[in-house]
Amino acid sequence: MAETFPVDGTAKMAMGRKSATAIAVWRWAGTAALIAVAVVSPFTLSNYHVFELTQVMIYAIAVLGLNILTGYNGQISLGHGGFYAAGAYTAAILMHRYGVPYWATLLPAALVCFALGVLFGLPALRFEGPYLALVTLAMAVAMPQLLKYFDNWTGGKQGLVLVKPMPPPELGIDRDRWLYFFVLLVLLIAIRVATNLLNGRNGRAFVAIRDHPIAAAAMGINTARYKTLAFGTSTLFTGVAGALAAIVIGFVAPESFTLFLSLSFLIGSAVGGIATIGGAIVGGFFIEFVPNFANDISDAAPWAIYGLTMLLFMYVMPRGVVGTFGPWLAHALQQFGSARRAAK
Amino acid sequence: MHQLLQQIFSGLAAGAVYASLALALVMIYRATDLVNFAQGEMAMFSTYIAWTLVDAGLPFWAAFVITLAVSFVGGMAIERIVIRPVENAPILTAVVVTIGLLLIFNATAGWIYSYTLQEFPSPFPDRTLFGALMTTRDVGVIVVTLVMLAALFCFFRFTATGLAMRAAAQNPESARLCGVRVGRMLALGWGFAAAIGAVAGIMVAPVLFLDPNMMGGVLLYAFTGALLGGITSPVGAVIGGLIVGVTENLVGTYLIASQLKLTVALILIIIVLVFRPNGLFGTAVVRRV
Repeated sequence: MAETFPVDGTAKMAMGRKSATAIAVWRWAGTAALIAVAVVSPFTLSNYHVFELTQVMIYAIAVLGLNILTGYNGQISLGHGGFYAAGAYTAAILMHRYGVPYWATLLPAALVCFALGVLFGLPALRFEGPYLALVTLAMAVAMPQLLKYFDNWTGGKQGLVLVKPMPPPELGIDRDRWLYFFVLLVLLIAIRVATNLLNGRNGRAFVAIRDHPIAAAAMGINTARYKTLAFGTSTLFTGVAGALAAIVIGFVAPESFTLFLSLSFLIGSAVGGIATIGGAIVGGFFIEFVPNFANDISDAAPWAIYGLTMLLFMYVMPRGVVGTFGPWLAHALQQFGSARRAAK
Repeated sequence: MHQLLQQIFSGLAAGAVYASLALALVMIYRATDLVNFAQGEMAMFSTYIAWTLVDAGLPFWAAFVITLAVSFVGGMAIERIVIRPVENAPILTAVVVTIGLLLIFNATAGWIYSYTLQEFPSPFPDRTLFGALMTTRDVGVIVVTLVMLAALFCFFRFTATGLAMRAAAQNPESARLCGVRVGRMLALGWGFAAAIGAVAGIMVAPVLFLDPNMMGGVLLYAFTGALLGGITSPVGAVIGGLIVGVTENLVGTYLIASQLKLTVALILIIIVLVFRPNGLFGTAVVRRV
């Protein structure tokens, strides 16, 4: 979770080398600690909780994809549930019909969703704001209907039941924990890839287009190319998340990919902080646990509690949890670093 | 030919409902630059209020007027209490707040009134006109919508408040300098939108039956209609809503099995938008660099 405390380029420059190193050390320490917790915790939790945490990580990857598009490139999408479904069905069809091992389905799912995203991104170039929202919304609405329609591939309404993967016997862990570590590995790779992408040339171009498309174009950024690339990358991440969901749940059906799923990704993204990487993980937790929590509070109207929780988060932290606390924490660390240097 | 006309006409009746809700969306978009995802659920809730009043023994049109008044006040209250705090927040935050409102209204209606379908009375007799070309219900829906549109047009065209509201939507800073209470105008806009939505809900409820999820599809069509007409144009919203209603009906009758109706209708409209990215009547946004 290297980007949990985002520090932008100018701040880095202003800080000077020493305090930048100090922050880098803190960040590595924090990341290592978080990974350690993530590795140890499944052994202390029940199978069900391990399964829930696996879901959290899957949602986090999907939200991470949405953050790349909405947060860093400024294009809204209400249709990421559709791409999630595309990834899930790619994996499911490969496993079900062609007997491909589960770990080998991630790459094809990623490629399919990247291609779909680029194809979708091309007409989307002409749209912005509410128009883009409608076009992507159409994707989310159409996907379950299309999945039902092409039923000789997708199994129609009944969906496809998959064989749950077995862990390698020499490891001596059960299936839920094995899948947990499998998803954790993919999540860590996804975060690493996203960090490199967004901190590099491509990410800078994405942000420049978001902040000022005309200025970005004047600086020689090929807006059309980068916007399409942002769309493709974003759907790639979400598609991989969908494939993981198919593998972990062992079942895909059109009704799992409703419009509400797409809205949930957007909610997770906004709650975590749209232009952050760490926010995706917060978003994953929100999507997985807040509905349960709402159910515990009120049997009668759990979704009203869910809605109220959303409003509360948005009022208190309009920039999301990480968007609000991230810069604050980075600043605090910086202060701490300079205070220590002054003491020396 | 007879069937075609019949389908076009019932499409217009459905379109009139979409047009009303589309108009509500446009009003809020023009005032606050925000697509109100809760518009459909607000309309649904208003319809439940009307249903309660009719159920309590009030005559239909009295219940209709009371519901409109309650919705108007409710809409203003929502703007003041829920939307104002996120007025200056990032746009996605405000969008998420309206999604939150959608969930709250939906769940609260389900909690109070349960999720079972309720029959909703139609104020119009059920007869056919002109050799089964159209039904009196369809005509009634279209007439009510037209009356409402005419009233709104007169309000915005001929009253001082209407002028102030248009000014506040078009250029808030200048309007404020001229002494227009912009905040109050925004609240009024939400009130009007809620009342227009209530009309749409009451008109569509006898057809769809009343349940907390009834407006989901209607909102989608209304959103499509609003964008097809151009999200900044009230006239466009009405025409867009009517086009969507007719297209939906014709696609369902002649082109394809009804399970893909929604998909095909959306694809057709997106193809139109690819050629007219600001809608049929919308104005292109011009930016000064």
